[in-house]
Amino acid sequence: MALLELEHVSKDFGAIRALSDVSFAIEPGQVVGLMGDNGAGKSTLVKIISGIYQPSSGGVKLEGQPTQIHSPGEARRLGIETVYQDLALADNLTAAANIFLGRELKYHVGPFRFLRHRAMNARAAELFAELKSETRADDLVRQMSGGQRQAVAIARTRLADARLILMDEPTAAISVRQVAEVLSLIHRLKDAGIAVMLISHRMPDVFATCDRVIVMRRGSKVADKPIAESSPEEVTALITGAREAA
Amino acid sequence: MSDTVQGFSNVRRTRFWQRGFLASQSAYVLLALIVLIIVMSMLSPHFLTDGNVKNIIRNFSFVAIATLGITLVIITGGIDLSVGSTMALSATVCSLTMAGLSSAGFYPFPGSAFIIALAAGLGTAALIGFANGFAVAKLKLAPFVTTLGTLSIVRGLTYVATQGRGSAPSGPDKELFITAMSGNLGGVPVGFIYLVILAATMWLALNHTAWGRHVYAIGSNESAGRLTGVPVDRVKIQVYVLCALAAGFNGIMVSGWLGSAPANLAVAYELTIIAAAVIGGANLAGGIGGAAGAIIGCVLIEVIRNGLVLARVDPYWQQTLVGCIIVAAVLVDRFRSLRNG
Repeated sequence: MALLELEHVSKDFGAIRALSDVSFAIEPGQVVGLMGDNGAGKSTLVKIISGIYQPSSGGVKLEGQPTQIHSPGEARRLGIETVYQDLALADNLTAAANIFLGRELKYHVGPFRFLRHRAMNARAAELFAELKSETRADDLVRQMSGGQRQAVAIARTRLADARLILMDEPTAAISVRQVAEVLSLIHRLKDAGIAVMLISHRMPDVFATCDRVIVMRRGSKVADKPIAESSPEEVTALITGAREAA
Repeated sequence: MSDTVQGFSNVRRTRFWQRGFLASQSAYVLLALIVLIIVMSMLSPHFLTDGNVKNIIRNFSFVAIATLGITLVIITGGIDLSVGSTMALSATVCSLTMAGLSSAGFYPFPGSAFIIALAAGLGTAALIGFANGFAVAKLKLAPFVTTLGTLSIVRGLTYVATQGRGSAPSGPDKELFITAMSGNLGGVPVGFIYLVILAATMWLALNHTAWGRHVYAIGSNESAGRLTGVPVDRVKIQVYVLCALAAGFNGIMVSGWLGSAPANLAVAYELTIIAAAVIGGANLAGGIGGAAGAIIGCVLIEVIRNGLVLARVDPYWQQTLVGCIIVAAVLVDRFRSLRNG
């Protein structure tokens, strides 16, 4: 059964139709690339799946069950984690504090609840070890490189038992070596049985990591095919509209 | 496959003095303060006398609790200009309540007038804070303009409530009130004891609770907070309420020391309070600050003020010097962050 299904999802902002009648499914453990030019509707689609926007029409099914995702918190409880394009990190907090932001570990003293600093740092260090990143749990995010920040944002998605991780342009603002790091992280997520949706402008990233590619143009899905049956040239043509559909 | 990607070997461990409190503006302002105290004590034999130290402690306690409160607001990236007015209105409501209870003859048990009056004063402060917080968090108004409005509204109400004449605590609990607000406990001004307790509580809340994390996260990256499930609006309202409560309590303390609540109580105190918070390391851009810094800032301002008096410097220089220190503190911080990248 598909992990996530979108059925005829449309989204209007006033007179602007950002998404029109988009349907697709993601299988467990599948890495799906979502491509399209600026304004093609990629981010809107991600925001619908991650609970920031509600679809104007159409519906979302999670493991076959019709589901409404009302908030990012609810998406997380349903096992959908998101790495946002700007990473959504608080610079003045440590890596561990960012990972646990909004779901801190606490212990009770009477009516008060205090943070379990050591447990959170230890868990964060574990996550970084799993991700093979040299990021330190108690370093401030402010002092980190782009790749490390990315690792923090990704580690956050590994805190709970995520089933689907959405990554919005995870390689847009980092160095070549750090891109390799992020792509290998995606491979490791896939190996762990987690489905990933990779939103990217970068053709090589998508072809290096994804099983399938979905192409959007002006709010509509114009292609959805296994990566092995496609080519960068075809996808480029689809994105720019040189080819209508595939 | 796991070895194909190298780690970030160029990331070095930051030294202990480059992290935590020691790396903060608060730390070197504390250093400056210590140097200043040593210099003062060498220059003036009166500086470290028992009487003068108590005087300094009492004086900075009068603004330090409000500074703790405004530091919370500043950490979330906000500002509260209405603290001075809130001090005045809380003190006024408190003393009017005491006078009212006394003339109504309502005195069920010893201390009741004091407790009710204190609750009324703090309740007023909480309402002001809630109004500020609601406007900023829910109506998305700019904190500066909102609290500038509140500053004027609340000061106006203070004048209206007493026709500009101010008020004075009276009635059966007057002595209790004055002792509890400005007396000494074991030779230490009570205001200082309240300050220490509140500062310790604030430190605990900021550093060891999820709420404190959220306060810093909001100041650091508000949208990240929202996306990760931090109750941003609620926390914002809470910090404005706490700030107003701290200011209100400070105002009531001052009225206890003065023995009255003049309508122009704490006029322009918001500037001293914000200055103290900023000198102590609270960053107006949000995300940085703490209880210790707030107190250090207040002490520094008061020590300078006191030192200038002892040195018989024209008191009109005080403001100029405090202004220079504000600029110097942020300038040093700027250079430090440039150096650390």
